[in-house]
Amino acid sequence: MSKFKNKERVTPAVSTASLPDIVFMLLFFFMVTTVLREQDLLVEQKIPQATQLQKLQNKTLISYLFIGKPKNTGLYGSEPRIQANDVLISTPDIVQWVNQERDMLAEADRGLITISMKVDKEVKMGPVSDVQTELRNADARRVLYASTTKLPE
Amino acid sequence: MAKGKNRMSNEINAGSMADIAFLLLIFFLVTTTIASDKGILNILPPKLDPNVPPPDIKVNERNIFAILINANNDLLVEGEYRRNTENLDTDIKEFILNFGAPNEDAVALFNSLPASLQAQALRRPESSDHPKEAVVSIKTDRGTSYELYLEVFDAAKKAYFEIYGERVGLTSDQYRALTGDDEASKALQDKGKAGIPMAISVAEPNKIGGN
Repeated sequence: MSKFKNKERVTPAVSTASLPDIVFMLLFFFMVTTVLREQDLLVEQKIPQATQLQKLQNKTLISYLFIGKPKNTGLYGSEPRIQANDVLISTPDIVQWVNQERDMLAEADRGLITISMKVDKEVKMGPVSDVQTELRNADARRVLYASTTKLPE
Repeated sequence: MAKGKNRMSNEINAGSMADIAFLLLIFFLVTTTIASDKGILNILPPKLDPNVPPPDIKVNERNIFAILINANNDLLVEGEYRRNTENLDTDIKEFILNFGAPNEDAVALFNSLPASLQAQALRRPESSDHPKEAVVSIKTDRGTSYELYLEVFDAAKKAYFEIYGERVGLTSDQYRALTGDDEASKALQDKGKAGIPMAISVAEPNKIGGN
């Protein structure tokens, strides 16, 4: 018994000299992976989960549409709304918005524009299908249903 | 005199380094949103020209795998009520690989498949003729929840990706991870889907339970 006690007493304090290194490592990781929010979300976003996710190679081709219940229900009501860039738009405006987004791409890539639809879980199919109809009208037919990875049970 | 001062403080105290780093770390932790550009890709059908009547395509009923989802989020799969999407992907897979009445091309396709996939051809007369004819049709109401629709769409995608993957000896996850950037992965991708088009049709929703 006395042997063990002896050993315990001589144990020095844990050296914290490497703590800054560890913290810096974490810091660099987050600095590299971070994307500063370009826009404030005006609608609620709880993205559904799915298993068969694909990652797109070319990020510049993606434009985002956010669909969900407005956060400020007093101002915008409680029905699902569509957010493009920084503003809420109505369904018929989508064609114009798609054309604006397409004009920003290089000429060769214009046919490949992909709309990432970030749709809240609570939204019904009605608004989603209206948006899809408008996207068909705008001839932006590549749609990505944004979702997060569902872990198999 | 100045020299003496310098000599006394020739080492900077690095004790506060960790604090500074922590401060920065917390800032980036708060502002970070890990980019999520992942999702399920869907190609919408082209816009219908109002002057041209929609093409009258005759597809045998047996070649359509009909999935209906109503506003109460109940499923009707091939005329059968279901409570949830369990086993939906395996049923779709069976349907695609049925080879009930293959034509010449389809027989060639069948012979090119690995034995594990050939074994899944049940050859039932009431299911699809061959993969080129098979269509998975999803129809919803306007009041159907988007979450359930995506779950069903996901199941249909899973069935196809599993077939594609199995053809080239990969799992569906590995197949989906193929980028098509280099020759080898492009070749694998093409070999996986050759002859089996991904036919998932999403019908215009019924005007029930929504606005």
